[in-house]
Amino acid sequence: MNATRAEVCVVACAEAWRGDGAILASPMGLIPSLGARLARLTFEPDLLLTDGEAYLVDASGEIEGWMPYREVFTMLAAGRRHVMMGGAQIDRHGNQNISAIGDWKRPKAQLLGVRGAPGNTVNHPVSYWIPKHSPRVFTPRVDMVSGVGYDRGARELRVVVTNLAVLDFGGLDFGVLDFGGLDFQGTAERVMRLRSVHPGVEVSEVVAATGFPLVIPDEVPVTRTPTAEELGLIRNRLDPTGARERELG
Amino acid sequence: MTIGIGGWGSRRKPMALVRAILRSPLKNLTVVSYAGPDVGLLVASGQAKRVVTGFASLDSIALEPHFRRARQSGTVELTELDEGMLHWGLLAAAHRLPFLPIRAGLGSGVLEVNPELRTVRSPYGDPFGLGEELVAVPALKLDVALVHMNRADAAGNAQYLGPDPYFDDLFCLAAGRAYVSAEQIVPRLEGPPQSMLLNRAMVHGVAHTPNGAHFTSCVPDYPRDEAFQARYAKAAADAGEWETFRDTYLSGDEAAYQEAIR
Repeated sequence: MNATRAEVCVVACAEAWRGDGAILASPMGLIPSLGARLARLTFEPDLLLTDGEAYLVDASGEIEGWMPYREVFTMLAAGRRHVMMGGAQIDRHGNQNISAIGDWKRPKAQLLGVRGAPGNTVNHPVSYWIPKHSPRVFTPRVDMVSGVGYDRGARELRVVVTNLAVLDFGGLDFGVLDFGGLDFQGTAERVMRLRSVHPGVEVSEVVAATGFPLVIPDEVPVTRTPTAEELGLIRNRLDPTGARERELG
Repeated sequence: MTIGIGGWGSRRKPMALVRAILRSPLKNLTVVSYAGPDVGLLVASGQAKRVVTGFASLDSIALEPHFRRARQSGTVELTELDEGMLHWGLLAAAHRLPFLPIRAGLGSGVLEVNPELRTVRSPYGDPFGLGEELVAVPALKLDVALVHMNRADAAGNAQYLGPDPYFDDLFCLAAGRAYVSAEQIVPRLEGPPQSMLLNRAMVHGVAHTPNGAHFTSCVPDYPRDEAFQARYAKAAADAGEWETFRDTYLSGDEAAYQEAIR
């Protein structure tokens, strides 16, 4: 069985939550939601999922608990959450913008608003899902910092999954780092790195679709493809109508 | 005047009370809300001068169209806060504290677009003597709070029957005066005690407004009226269509509104 690009993305999103255990997984968007549910059904069975309203549900939608917004805020502040958000813009440090494009005072395009992104990024792990990898999204600077990047105090930015690749912040900007003070847990100099390209994608495509220089390892791995079990779950149980295919840019 | 409005996005909003404001001469309002069509309508009518929020959404339609247009044409002022900061500001006001510390907002554009926001250092320092820096969210004191509940009694005890209380109790406690509209006024609240969110010490007035959250959701009494909300959003995108919408639905009193949407 050959996996589609969307199915590779679902699995790449699922991988974001690997090892998280019993924390609240908050995916925004369909492919991240499928990923979180897939993770729970397979390698991360302790994840907490919500129905998007106020219930905690299992991967089949059966209620297992209560999670109203005030409790989400508490879990968030407690650090027991890992959200995968979208982003209209994201820079090499991981600063993200979902608020507004252009001058904030009178934006060219008013978007969602900062929502919970400032608090998410300083309190608990955050990942991003960008369905259309392009220089418009991957910009040198974002217009309104909603989620903060590593240069502004992010707690942990796990991965950025796109329609082309998986990126992380394992890059180090040696230009501003003194070797004596080299600290891999440091906050100011971690920058975006290409972790893997999806099957069929060239590294040059990712570079061309990114509006700033990426850290690129000598050998770029290929994003893993779904197992037969994962494909079965995605196709037959989680998304039988194939809505995932329509979310890619 | 600062008005706080309960609910969340397009969920359990006191829309009948918002419609009453539309018919009133009130203006120059500062509206504090997890914003949905409540804010949209007050922006469209020109009565909201400033909005304090972290978003403005119709949930099933991502962006509140009136709010979006007003921002892009510069006709409304915005105090943009992280959602958790808004919660904390209401909690501070409810507790009569000048501020509460929070991590949310640190490093973000929120501190840049709201230069009046300050940070504080924890007086409980780390071994190096430097306490953690935190955002001091100022109390969001409200003149009036408006919330919509499923059930209330005439004295102001009130109950939500849906899945989420949102922050309606904090809106009421943060306000000088709090007004509750309800689907049903009952002699005595029944059901799980945890659902009895508001007590009469928090509430100054009660209004009976059946279907009063329309077109937002008020489960289990009714879900969001998605078809009507879509019509609202479509009309809001065009000045001429909005005029027709307003004439059709918002030119009369609440009874006329309820008749028009039948």
